[in-house]
Amino acid sequence: MSERLAPTEYHPRWFRRRVSTYWWLERRSYLAFILRELSSVFVAWSVAYLLLLVRAVIQGHSRYDQFLAWSSRPFVLVINIVSLSFVALHAITWFNLAPQAMVIRVLGKRVPGPLIMASNYVAWAISSALVVWLVLRT
Amino acid sequence: MADQITLQVARYRPEEEASPTFQEYDVPCPKDWVVLDGLNYVKDRLDGTLSYRWSCRMGICGSCGMTVNGEPKLTCATFLADYAPGPVRVEPLRNFPVIRDLVVDIGDFMRKLNRVKPWIVRKDHKPLSEGEYRQTPQEMDEYAQFSMCINCMLCYAACPIYGLDQEFIGPAAIALAQRYNLDSRDEGARERLEVLSEHEGIWGCTFVGECTEVCPKNVDPAGAIQRYKLTAALDSLRAFLVPWSAR
Repeated sequence: MSERLAPTEYHPRWFRRRVSTYWWLERRSYLAFILRELSSVFVAWSVAYLLLLVRAVIQGHSRYDQFLAWSSRPFVLVINIVSLSFVALHAITWFNLAPQAMVIRVLGKRVPGPLIMASNYVAWAISSALVVWLVLRT
Repeated sequence: MADQITLQVARYRPEEEASPTFQEYDVPCPKDWVVLDGLNYVKDRLDGTLSYRWSCRMGICGSCGMTVNGEPKLTCATFLADYAPGPVRVEPLRNFPVIRDLVVDIGDFMRKLNRVKPWIVRKDHKPLSEGEYRQTPQEMDEYAQFSMCINCMLCYAACPIYGLDQEFIGPAAIALAQRYNLDSRDEGARERLEVLSEHEGIWGCTFVGECTEVCPKNVDPAGAIQRYKLTAALDSLRAFLVPWSAR
């Protein structure tokens, strides 16, 4: 796409600043971006963990108890606590970015960004409340 | 307030040196002076060999973009007093090859800009006798934000993706493509999609969002790119589900 620069008589050489390997530490926003990207790994782990839980439930009581015992081991607990914080970061950062990616019009007027953001949080709160209700019901 | 402030200006003289060095100049610092005024003072009174670009001094031409204390800024809209007591470090825009001192090569951006056809594309032009192409205020409102772009390239300087991959078409080019795609008079969206749906087009963007943060005209290129991704994804889905509907 871009043409390579070639020196000419009047431009003997260009100087191009090298991008540091640690460019993502240069600005807070770059670091926040990298952490958001990294959060995808923990989201994937959360999905895998959920699938393992479902499999244990399907396989019966003893397998489920084994899964709970495994889940209460310190290293699994640490992984899950770290994952929870990254999944929360993932959700919050994407909810905050949603208004930039979505243009919604109601009756010809553009829905303000904060309202789109708030609707995401409300949906999150409702689904969390539903899960809490399902868990505490028994 | 200090009467003077020190500018640490990046100098690069390709015929003399292999990499840039910094030169310090003390310039007056009245409260209404911007960084560009400081550079003009240097050029006029202290050192006529300093090279930099500027033109309008009022945030319209987009020529005077530089890196001020590590941030991409329009130097005509960045007040020296905000950096008092200094020093103020002035460097060329990042992510572009430096030709001399504060002047960068903008050829890559200009070629990319041309590829997205930032003009109104019509299949058929109606005769002049039928008058102008009319537009309602609502239709203009669709693209007005993106039409504010002044091609200052601060967004390219802030974009780490462009820094790492020079093939990425970049924020301003995509925002300007979107400006014309959303224009009710335009019929060139399909042609632009071919360029923008390339890997180095919209999909190169990982939504760092710094382009929007540094934009002096509130264009929001990051938003334009994400909206374009949605359009392109829906277009691909439509082509897959209803292939006969392809325009």
